[in-house]
Amino acid sequence: MSIFEYNGSAVVAMVGKNCFAIASDRRLGVQLQTIATDFQRISKIHDRVFIALSGLATDVQTLYQRLVFRHKLYQLREERDMKPETFASLVSAILYEKRFGPYLCQPVIAGLGEDDKPFICTMDSIGAKELAKDFVVSGTASESLYGACEAMYKPDMEAEELFETISQALLSSVDRDCLSGWGGHVYVVTPTEIKERILKGRMD
Amino acid sequence: MECVFGLVGNGFAIVAADTSAVHSILVHKNNEDKIMLLDSHKLIAASGEPGDRVQFTEYVQKNVSLYQFRNGIPLTTAAAANFTRGELATALRKNPYSVNILMAGYDKEAGASLYYIDYIATLHKVDKGAFGYGSYFSLSTMDRHFRSDMSVEEAIELVDKCIVEIRSRLVIAPPNFVIKIVDKDGARTHAWRQSVQDVTTASV
Repeated sequence: MSIFEYNGSAVVAMVGKNCFAIASDRRLGVQLQTIATDFQRISKIHDRVFIALSGLATDVQTLYQRLVFRHKLYQLREERDMKPETFASLVSAILYEKRFGPYLCQPVIAGLGEDDKPFICTMDSIGAKELAKDFVVSGTASESLYGACEAMYKPDMEAEELFETISQALLSSVDRDCLSGWGGHVYVVTPTEIKERILKGRMD
Repeated sequence: MECVFGLVGNGFAIVAADTSAVHSILVHKNNEDKIMLLDSHKLIAASGEPGDRVQFTEYVQKNVSLYQFRNGIPLTTAAAANFTRGELATALRKNPYSVNILMAGYDKEAGASLYYIDYIATLHKVDKGAFGYGSYFSLSTMDRHFRSDMSVEEAIELVDKCIVEIRSRLVIAPPNFVIKIVDKDGARTHAWRQSVQDVTTASV
């Protein structure tokens, strides 16, 4: 079994009309055994930038701590929040620093940029950025997620419809992957509010 | 075949660990205490490589004491757990410790808590956790009978059910267990469950 599949994870982000949604599963496992069903994979960097990390849980936690530290330092120096594009470049640089001994995570970054334009990107474990206009996926369920998102996505969805779409895509994909699931965690972010919702799916 | 497991009840946390010290096919001793008192209100139950287990838990214990000496107040359970995770994470890519840890503690504000810390530094706050081959039996038994806010008697009953399950279903099951509890009155040994007493050699 690959080390990326040790803990199990599923992460997806989608773009809507002046909003974005980012969702993850909630399972923390050790290969075939489930340890917890409330693991947080999505973290808020600031009100308009979220990052979700899939892959090895220990590196997810280490990387999250390093990124929060770097962002807080940026806030102190620049007296403002980081733009999502800048944050994505920061993550990419931090991952490439460890090119020959990498963090075993694949991040998905989503944010609202200038003029409330939504931004999403993903990258591999050594920082190769992949920008997309519609959706990005990551984790052990990524192949199912690609299929589900491609089928269900349409451009310029409003927040409520976007929430429905991303939830259905996530739940149907993790049902085909034994290493991820046990519910879902969805954040829908518009310029005015952040809505966090827990999904109940097949608990197995 | 080391078995460590624990759960959180109403204002207390209980951890149980087997007490065999084994080297290949030889049992060195049957009363090895694998649950260390970190300070007055914290317990650390560790399983893994014997040298690493003792060295690492003692290192954590001494650092927790040092914090208390320097700052005049004890660390919270969450802080101690995060410190432990940090040490494991730093060592992971240099000189990893093969120690799995369940940290139980009681804080006035947070109440009783239990932290699951993997040997690769995955940290998660849990209501019930277990390590080793015994976890296949104890986790399922706890999943079936655990309720939030159990009393001490109910929790001990559940721990005993797990021990019975491990003894009957695990090949080369450890014969003896120690059960320790931490609540507002502090951390202490609650009971031993011995089916084999250590026999001292008779003088000739």
